[in-house]
Amino acid sequence: MAEITFREALNQAMAEEMERDPDVFLMGEEVGYYQGAYKVSQGLMERFGVERVIDTPIAELGFAGVGIGAAMVGLRPIVEMMTFNFSILALDQIVNNAAKLRYMSGGLINMPIVFRGPGGAAHQLAAQHSQCLDPWFCNVPGLYVMAPSVPKDAKGLLKTAIRDDNPVIFIESEVAYGYKGEVPDGELLIPIGVGEVKREGTDVTIVAWSKMIHVVLDAANNLAEQGISAEVVDPRTLRPLDEQILITSVEKTNRCVIVEEGWPYAGVGAEIAHRITTNAFDALDAPIARVTGLDVPMPYAANLEHAVIPNAERVIQAAKQVLYI
Amino acid sequence: MKKRELIEMYRMMLLIRRFEERCAQMYGMQKIGGFCHLYIGQEAVGVGAIAAIRPDDYFISAYRDHGHILAKGTDPKPVMAELFGKATGVSKGKGGSMHLFDLERRYMGGHGIVAGQIPLATGFGFAIKYRKQDQVVVCSFGEGAVHQGAFHESLNLAKLWKLPVIYLIENNRYGMGTPLERASAVWNLSQKACSYDMEEEVVDGMDVLAVCDVVKKAAARAREKGEPTLIEARTYRFRGHSMSDPVHSHYRTKEEVEEQKQNDPIARFLDKLFKDKVLTEAAAKKIENEVKKQVIEAVEFAENSPEPPLESLHEDIYA
Amino acid sequence: MATKVTMPKLSDTMEEGTLVRWLKKEGETVDAAEVIAEAESDKATMELEAFDAGVLKKILVPEGGKVPVGGLLALIGEEDEDIGALLKEIEAEQAAAPAEPAEGKEQAAAEPVPEKEAAAAVKQPAAAAAAEPEKEPAEDTAAPGELLTTGGVRIKASPLARKMARERGLNLRRIAGTGSGGRIIRRDIEKAGPAGVRAAAAPAGAGGASEIPLSSMRESIASRMTLSKSTVPHFYLTVEVDMDRAVEARKSLNEAQSGIKISFNDLIIKAAALALRDHERVNGSFGEKGLMLHSDIDVGVAVALEDGLITPVLRRADTLSLGQIAQQVGELAGRARERKLAPEEYSNATFTISNLGMFGIEEFSAIINPPQSAILAVGGVAQKPVVREGELGIGYRMKMTLSCDHRIVDGAVGALFLADVQKKLENPMLMML
Repeated sequence: MAEITFREALNQAMAEEMERDPDVFLMGEEVGYYQGAYKVSQGLMERFGVERVIDTPIAELGFAGVGIGAAMVGLRPIVEMMTFNFSILALDQIVNNAAKLRYMSGGLINMPIVFRGPGGAAHQLAAQHSQCLDPWFCNVPGLYVMAPSVPKDAKGLLKTAIRDDNPVIFIESEVAYGYKGEVPDGELLIPIGVGEVKREGTDVTIVAWSKMIHVVLDAANNLAEQGISAEVVDPRTLRPLDEQILITSVEKTNRCVIVEEGWPYAGVGAEIAHRITTNAFDALDAPIARVTGLDVPMPYAANLEHAVIPNAERVIQAAKQVLYI
Repeated sequence: MKKRELIEMYRMMLLIRRFEERCAQMYGMQKIGGFCHLYIGQEAVGVGAIAAIRPDDYFISAYRDHGHILAKGTDPKPVMAELFGKATGVSKGKGGSMHLFDLERRYMGGHGIVAGQIPLATGFGFAIKYRKQDQVVVCSFGEGAVHQGAFHESLNLAKLWKLPVIYLIENNRYGMGTPLERASAVWNLSQKACSYDMEEEVVDGMDVLAVCDVVKKAAARAREKGEPTLIEARTYRFRGHSMSDPVHSHYRTKEEVEEQKQNDPIARFLDKLFKDKVLTEAAAKKIENEVKKQVIEAVEFAENSPEPPLESLHEDIYA
Repeated sequence: MATKVTMPKLSDTMEEGTLVRWLKKEGETVDAAEVIAEAESDKATMELEAFDAGVLKKILVPEGGKVPVGGLLALIGEEDEDIGALLKEIEAEQAAAPAEPAEGKEQAAAEPVPEKEAAAAVKQPAAAAAAEPEKEPAEDTAAPGELLTTGGVRIKASPLARKMARERGLNLRRIAGTGSGGRIIRRDIEKAGPAGVRAAAAPAGAGGASEIPLSSMRESIASRMTLSKSTVPHFYLTVEVDMDRAVEARKSLNEAQSGIKISFNDLIIKAAALALRDHERVNGSFGEKGLMLHSDIDVGVAVALEDGLITPVLRRADTLSLGQIAQQVGELAGRARERKLAPEEYSNATFTISNLGMFGIEEFSAIINPPQSAILAVGGVAQKPVVREGELGIGYRMKMTLSCDHRIVDGAVGALFLADVQKKLENPMLMML
């Protein structure tokens, strides 16, 4: 066991997989000489050489397509999006090619590619640099979507993603890169589509992922002081979703709050709410509550931004609402 | 070039022509659905380019792809079956006319988004270099694709990283109904290579031997020096952009089409083969009959093949 | 054998094409791949090529003709070929199935409708379920798919609360909800009764009492009548009606026709409905919104059921003929007894008539159905000793009692209305005006 940061966990995952399989390589803006815009790829170029850690020009569509082409002929690319905001430029390649080539070719084409990078807001980066695009990718059949919240999950899921033969959208968070957590020694592979209960409880189920887990755990501590026992469930993979872990929890607590950073309309939380309503209807004592980012483009001012992103107070309020307190 | 190779090129061009004519008929009879883009008139480009490369070299193109997959050596039967949407099609009926694939023969598709395949081709070049192999990539696209960002991003990466990719513009002068002069600030598209300090070539796309020559040169350049090339092949399509579009209307006159048909690449090549005594009339007739038979067999095969089973709806989404 | 030239599919969305121009005449030679005509699709005008060489033997569609995709355009054959037989065959085929394209279109047009029907059908079960409260559910709580109501108001309970109530045999109608909007939630069930307790219908020993579970209809009657009696200021007006002429009228009506039999109640309904036209406050209601006068006269007629009663409504009763009243009452009452009335058939009357005459009742005072402003209670028609011009005789008499809501109907108002009804019954011909 070691306590390492989220970014170190990602770095270890990539290094281990690149060591293990010569077909794995990393490509993206500033990943090489600059050591990574957020230092996630620090040291990799020195260790594996310029041929395996490739700095690209600013051409998201172009290098996403290059990665996909390379995957089509058997390499295993990790394509870093400096932030997922920029992935919008590459959406044609990701959605029309990466997600669909296997299907359109009747199963001939393999697509072992990982698109990874931070998503969601950081601090006062304003509207174009703060977007949470999770639902955009979750909507597409053919993609897998992961959103780890703690270093252990980051490492275990990224290693699994790299070894998987499907295109994986791997969403991190700038703000979370510095978080520390315990990571077991040795080979750590977390399976796709398996969630985890981050905190056991009996009174209310709170579902969250990525950096929202930390907001929710804060809120849960506060609720505990008020005599309310919250169970925090982290799906870890958003597509495919671990329905069973959510159903089991709601059957225990009879009420659910979903917390997501992204916009509310057709957010991932809407799909989760539908699944729980359909599969655990009779267990529900209250309608499912959602705490989401506000339905606005992200403003710059600090006080405004604070109001937009879900915080512990809003989570506590939602928990009490479903408890009729 | 050896006689045998020349005759093979002729046969392939004729096969593509007869296959495409039959597709037109099949589309009219509703055996083929959706979009159907015919290669009639452009045969010399695909056949010439593929004849210039090795079987283990990669070829990728856009949605006007029937000619390319046939030229790469795929049997017409599963190609027609794919167009008919049958389970025996090259893509198991899941792709259709625009998404034909034959990975074994290194034909990498069949792509529907204009210029979408250009970064992919660049990726193949990347992988070849990564693995220190010596294949090359030919990426075919229409002149319309040249205005997409994907084209520019790809050419920059190919030259910057020295990737063995041949970018082949099949300039048939018209998008769907927009002539090149209304879409492009520049008439000589090969000029664009200079933005990327890349080698450029222009070639008569109706002359199969000329195309073959130019691609051979580019392939050698790619294989030996890892340098990409931009080739502009000037060609012409004798039919509409797709089966849904008119042969001629506001964008070109009937007279122009008739005039261009006098420059039919297959007729030209046949004349040359006769003149150079490579082929006799009798031999040509024999080839014509064999090709006709092949096409009829392809249609029969497609007709008699089953539709994909409903279960296949959920197959091959994930590994 | 001649080949058929058919209208090709020229675009992926095309269903029909127009033959714009023939470029060849009948009898002319045609080469393979030669253009023989021009056709227009939904996208553009395209050239039609012949696929085989031959002679254009017959043109089947004139210029300007519209042909569906796959339809016959012409025949190409050998120079000396006789196509007479083929033409006859084609004629026969076309005569047999001329409507196919139209049918196809109709089917296409028909497709959206089932969706609406399906949507309507989805609403029906809910409405039908709402009608069910008159049926006794097996348990005290609504079965899946039923809307739980009490006194016409829907009960809200969380899915968990419903499940718990079912398990514990608790009646949701008797539990107050403390969730948002009055929703019954888990803690309300827990407060109501611990797990394991079921409402027992155990017969007691000798001399003991037995508890009968309340049906939803009984519940409804109980709560509505209690509400009415306790909140509405009732007063009562009684008249005795001389029914001689009514008896005569009814007798002659029923002898003169063999259709539907007219009853006294039908006459009373007609009389009351007509009278309500001139006494609008008696057709009014006093509710949350205050005093409301209704433009339509919808008369509810009380029908006794095995374990309760229901009042099917005659809409715009004042516009119905006597025959129509008799027919509708009969039909509604029949369906009422079979529990087949839809909610809109027994709701929202503006005035009610209750007749217990067939049980031998002389007179009674009924309880108003809120939010109506009055109810007419009718006793039996009986022969009585009467005084006519100082002489003792026998006459048919019937008593009616009008219960009025004093908030909207005052004594005089009620009296005038009642007198009007009486007058019409005593002079039935007046109802023909």
